[in-house]
Amino acid sequence: MIHDAEVAAAIEAATGRAGALLPVLHALQDRIGYVPPEAVPRIAQALNLSRAEVQGVLSFYTDFRSTPPVQHKLRVCMAEACLAQGAAALQKQAAERLAIDPSGHSVGGHIESEPVYCLGLCACAPALMLDGRLHGRVTPAQLELLLSELDITL
Amino acid sequence: MSLALYVPRDSAAVAVGADAVAQALLQEAVRRGVDVHLVRNGSRGLYWLEPLVEVQTPQGRIGYGPVNPADAASLLDAFLSDDKEGRLTAHPLCVGVVDDIPFLKQQQRLTFARVGIVDPLSLDDFLAYRGYQGLRHALTLTSEAIVAEVTESGLRGRGGAAFPAGIKWRTVLQAPGSEKYIVCNADEGDSGSFSDRMLMEGDPFTLLEGMTIAALAVGAKQGYVYVRSEYPAAEATLHQAIAIARAAGYLGADILGSGRAFDIELRRGAGAYICGEETALLESIEGRRGQVRARPPLPAVSGLFGQPTVVNNVITLATVPIVLERGARYYADFGQGRSRGTLPFQLGGNIRCGGLIELSFGPTLRTLLHNFGGGSASGRAIRAVQVGGPLGAWIPESLFDTHLDYEAFAQIGAMLGHGGVVVFDDTVDMAQRAREAMRFCAQESCGKCTPCRIGAVRGVEVLDRISGGEQREANLQLLHELCETMTHGSLCAMGGLTPSPVLSALKHFPEDFGLPASRGAA
Repeated sequence: MIHDAEVAAAIEAATGRAGALLPVLHALQDRIGYVPPEAVPRIAQALNLSRAEVQGVLSFYTDFRSTPPVQHKLRVCMAEACLAQGAAALQKQAAERLAIDPSGHSVGGHIESEPVYCLGLCACAPALMLDGRLHGRVTPAQLELLLSELDITL
Repeated sequence: MSLALYVPRDSAAVAVGADAVAQALLQEAVRRGVDVHLVRNGSRGLYWLEPLVEVQTPQGRIGYGPVNPADAASLLDAFLSDDKEGRLTAHPLCVGVVDDIPFLKQQQRLTFARVGIVDPLSLDDFLAYRGYQGLRHALTLTSEAIVAEVTESGLRGRGGAAFPAGIKWRTVLQAPGSEKYIVCNADEGDSGSFSDRMLMEGDPFTLLEGMTIAALAVGAKQGYVYVRSEYPAAEATLHQAIAIARAAGYLGADILGSGRAFDIELRRGAGAYICGEETALLESIEGRRGQVRARPPLPAVSGLFGQPTVVNNVITLATVPIVLERGARYYADFGQGRSRGTLPFQLGGNIRCGGLIELSFGPTLRTLLHNFGGGSASGRAIRAVQVGGPLGAWIPESLFDTHLDYEAFAQIGAMLGHGGVVVFDDTVDMAQRAREAMRFCAQESCGKCTPCRIGAVRGVEVLDRISGGEQREANLQLLHELCETMTHGSLCAMGGLTPSPVLSALKHFPEDFGLPASRGAA
């Protein structure tokens, strides 16, 4: 199995913890960026759970993904404080600039765009997270700059 | 000589460039051969000034903001000039002695006393600013006495439900169980809220101290902090703080030589808003889907792993140390009526001076919006304010004189919740906001109960029909019936409170739904 060592390490890291499933899934995703479907039976066995239980948790939480991560991830905050400061226009600008389809992916699949509901930057709205980095008081010009700096051909 | 500088590590400060500012200041100092002691503090909560750089002077800490990396050279010129007095304050970005800024000076900072002042991960700093005094006092008391102190302080749950903390603790203390647990709800998902984040990033030891006192009060040996995944910096800071506290004997098998044991484990959420609901959160820690449990039994009787469990929000637990340090009376002397103490309000959205405002209960919403916030950022009239997160009611200008306390807000059909205040100007479309409340509920519902899971989906449809002018009378009637079912039939506050923003928007802003202005008030 691919990622055999990483799956073992993720299980190992959470050994002895009560209710270890989320820590194991996070540990694996921290290492390889996703939870491959073939890891599910292995994790289920190690934690004495059914595969259905593991799959149920994976599908419930939006953070967990079963496909490898794409190159870039954009998360524009669409919660109230950011909407009050123009987040919808930023989201639209990004979607147009990157040709994001309704599923949230750019043409070519290099970028994934997914709204987030509150980054806790409500006094520095509008805010977004790009590849794990936070940006506050984002202006359209600044968004354009951030997107143009991505190492992809648009 | 050595310059003592402060540049926040707070996520919001970093989001507007604090890291780059810190780096530029250090580079400029190296270039000039100046010895700089740079502290990455938490934020003072004056977010319109972030990145806020502070320099220690004999007069106190003088602030500059908002600072750009390009300002580093001129700032060092000011810091190093011979005519220090004059040059320091003559800099165009100077905001004077930070403690004297009215926005800060007019606050009553109890829970946030150290945030923005100390180095968050310096135990020495924490101790120098009276840290762990509350724990030391608690170690001399019986469990009953600690619970009595918290009860008498009038401290209520700051996560939103405002349930008296002392009563919850007493239930856990008295409940039979082989183990007891302290769970800190750090799943601060309510939009407009950021006080949990600020505290965890800016003064994490206070939270650990509060949890340890709670453990002594109910006889727990294990605690969990459940942090949402959207807060990686808070998680990292807490992670380090726990290790530091453990190494220094403030956590572990023998707390300060008392023979009492308590330790804390961090758990990361995974992007589910519903996990801020306490029973869904417990399910999540136990490794399951974050689905709400039916109550009873209360978590205080049968909570984590079926054992008696204290579940409190970050701010509640972080307020416990000052109650134990200064005494119940000291804390209860702040506030009014049944709302004792202070609430750290968070002002965001379309506001000129947004940030953290910790106040005794009592001033009006208008004071918060205008005296502190300085009006809208756009300069237009403030039309609607949402207090208490996405499940909070919308409040029109005519109700801005409502006093900020739990009971006064309940009287106008609203809630203070977690103290988040989001401001919209007169360009807001309230029909859209009402629709969004239903849509958000449909998206984030855990699916366990029907009123929430299906009601929210139907709610979006009915609102669309009303806004579209389709059989308005019949659909309005239907909306009210639907909202009543959700309010009374949902298992938890998600479905139970979603009608609040919907109906308040309809009531106060009927014209946005295509209805005559007089209509909504009926």
